[in-house]
Amino acid sequence: MAILKAEKVTKQFGGLVAVHNLDFEIEEHAIASIIGPNGAGKTTFFNCITGFEKANNGQILFGGTPIQALRPDQISHLGISRTYQNIRLFGEMTALENILVGQHQNMHASWYASVAGTPGVRREEREALEEAQRLLQFVDLGGQGDLLARNLPYGGQRRLEIARALGSKPSLLLLDEPTAGMNPRETESMMHFIRRLRDELRITILLIEHQMRVVMGISEKVTVLDYGEKIAEGTTKEIQNNERVIEAYLGRGSTRTATARPAASVPSPSGG
Amino acid sequence: MTMTTADRRWRISDSIRIGLVGGIFAVYLCLIGIVEALGDRSVIEKLVSVGQTLLLLTAFGTGYFAAQQALAAGASRKTVTSLLASLLAGLGTGLLLGLLVLLGYLVNVRAVFINVSPALLDSLTLGLGISGVWLPVAVMAFVGLMGGVVRALPASVRSPLIVGLGAVVLGGLFSGLVRPPMIALKGTPEKVARFLMGPTGLTPWGAVIVFAVVAAIDITIFQASSPVRKSYRELPPNRRKIARGTLLVLAILMAIVLPRGSGPFIAQVVVLICLSALMGLGMNITLGFAGLLDLGFVAFFAVGAYTVGMLTSYGEFGLAHLPFWVVLPIAVLVAMLTGAFLGLPVLGIRGDYLAIATLGFGEVVRLLAGSDFLAPWLGGPQGVIGIQKPCLGWLGPFVGTDVPRVCHGIELGGPKEIYYLALICVLIVALVAIRLRDSRLGRAWMAIREDEDVAQGLGVNLIQTKLMAYVLGASFAGLSGAIFAVLVGSIFASSMQLLVSINVVAIVVVGGMGSIPGVIVGSLALIGLPEAFREFSAYRLLFYGAALIVVMIARPAGLWPSVITKRELHVDLDDETDPAASPSAASE
Repeated sequence: MAILKAEKVTKQFGGLVAVHNLDFEIEEHAIASIIGPNGAGKTTFFNCITGFEKANNGQILFGGTPIQALRPDQISHLGISRTYQNIRLFGEMTALENILVGQHQNMHASWYASVAGTPGVRREEREALEEAQRLLQFVDLGGQGDLLARNLPYGGQRRLEIARALGSKPSLLLLDEPTAGMNPRETESMMHFIRRLRDELRITILLIEHQMRVVMGISEKVTVLDYGEKIAEGTTKEIQNNERVIEAYLGRGSTRTATARPAASVPSPSGG
Repeated sequence: MTMTTADRRWRISDSIRIGLVGGIFAVYLCLIGIVEALGDRSVIEKLVSVGQTLLLLTAFGTGYFAAQQALAAGASRKTVTSLLASLLAGLGTGLLLGLLVLLGYLVNVRAVFINVSPALLDSLTLGLGISGVWLPVAVMAFVGLMGGVVRALPASVRSPLIVGLGAVVLGGLFSGLVRPPMIALKGTPEKVARFLMGPTGLTPWGAVIVFAVVAAIDITIFQASSPVRKSYRELPPNRRKIARGTLLVLAILMAIVLPRGSGPFIAQVVVLICLSALMGLGMNITLGFAGLLDLGFVAFFAVGAYTVGMLTSYGEFGLAHLPFWVVLPIAVLVAMLTGAFLGLPVLGIRGDYLAIATLGFGEVVRLLAGSDFLAPWLGGPQGVIGIQKPCLGWLGPFVGTDVPRVCHGIELGGPKEIYYLALICVLIVALVAIRLRDSRLGRAWMAIREDEDVAQGLGVNLIQTKLMAYVLGASFAGLSGAIFAVLVGSIFASSMQLLVSINVVAIVVVGGMGSIPGVIVGSLALIGLPEAFREFSAYRLLFYGAALIVVMIARPAGLWPSVITKRELHVDLDDETDPAASPSAASE
């Protein structure tokens, strides 16, 4: 069953069409990727799903509920969480506090109960803190909870952002270039980590990614965008051999040489 | 001079430049008349006047900074170079001052600079006349050199020296405030006061004693290597918490005892400190936690004050003649409503635009309060007068306009009594603020401050959360205004100036954004000190501005930044909640 379904989604900025008539689906418990050249509209599509941008046209259904008109916080409540292309942590807050903010929507303490310090509030705070510690352990940041988020190393910040997103207990997690700026070793462990998210926490994962090794390594479905339109969709194998994809990535000339080469190889034996 | 050629980076011109800047500052102090005006107040009786102290401090500062710069530049013979640098800087300062003296004696410059009076010149040359021109030059050079010497000393010696000297200067300034009430007490306090302080400042013995005591306190307690600090660090966390709690209780006890036996003036000052701390705690929520700059904050203060005025006054604008204790929660509630009223239209506005919009709101409230339009209810420019004082006990009936109701019990009539009301409110509000900071709502505020969009993406309802920041911030300010109304007994629209809002912002920024103890420290520094030195009223704002600049350069995170305390708090939390984590951490 498709957990997220986008139908004919269009997003325009003035004269620029960032996303055009896009149809998209992702199955529950799947790992899917969206790829495409810079400016293809991938992040804009993420923003439409999470409510950061309102789509001009079309419909987005999450678990059957239309969400295109909802505010980001309402969409988050429904169970969609995300990370950002350029890490956007709460820099002046500690790692632990960042995760606690992620848990905000699952907590219920009112301000007056917090001021009164009722047993219910205390229990909720204690449980949230334990859960936050668990999430820190899960992303290999155990013992670093009291560091300010901005003082964590780069890879740690990426993982903390994911932990913060996990704090809201999402059923769909959108990762915007989770391996950007990572070395091969870090990339490898991030891929392993993303698989764990799905296998252990049963979270559906949709990622935007530029490193083909990651895309081909973990995704079950790949969608290719170019100039806001879907130009291809399928398994990794299908995408690797898709002419339009190669064209979009390498330019028209390269397609001709790519198609010309087998063609050229045909006459040579006959010519010889 | 060989060392200057040997050294590549430190140059004579650097030190001379610092000296000249110091000199310009010293001459400026003379020209604006502050040196002469403070000439009859002394730090040490018959020895150093406050005016002279300012000049000496300037020379000391230039020497200190010149030495610091020379050290940082990495000269080959550090100590000698830094001493030379400080001497040069002091000399530069002194030369400019000497030039002023020379000019003052030779030419009549009073047509332009009215403050270059014979009295000023005499205080600079110690009465030697024109033949004493060398004196300020030599003294400033010497003091500059002393600045360098102090800088060159190891930190363990330097710190108590500076702290002790600072205490002597402050002691001299405060003696005028402390001495009269102590003498009024008779007996031992009077003897101590007469021994330590003269009519204008500390006695020489007083200065020595103040210096020795404060320096000793600095060595034994505040230095990182001091035995007290060391044993504190070795305490287990829960004991450390007890130690901190004890300190806090001591501080509160001191705050309780403070105004007893002091004059009404000091009591008035401490009440004002409490009231601004209350407002500061409110501003700390909107600005410090949620990052929403509100330049119309005085509006909530005004609403609290006017609510109390209208509902308790026995004057002609009294509406209900209710007792203060009934009106207090109403005032807070009305202030909260006003907060929501302000918050709603500015919800979508960010940053600089928010500051301008709220600024307008504050002005609107002030103008409305003083307007002819609302004069039938708020008294217009004449204000609301005859506000009933709070009464612990029961109030007699309302008999007629302009007749206060009789209080059968203890009437909180003067600042000394109202101080306790204000202090209790500060303690309660601080506790509320701490609870809020560590709550779900507090974290949401901070998340909004850091990145509004991301916070919303994590499920934080921006409308609700921001409104709560305005509403709760406003409630504290309303409480402050309510107490202000009964303190003064009358309220006027003219006291609801924009400057009040700006002062509150300054308290939060100087104390440290988001830091609750910072607000208290900020109110003490920015409201307490200027109020205490009202006698120098002409120069209050000058000091105020200078202090702000110094704090912002020297401690950009504020006097008591929040991060450190916050981290300590979390360490404590971890110890309590996660016992399994600590042994593993210890084994690592």
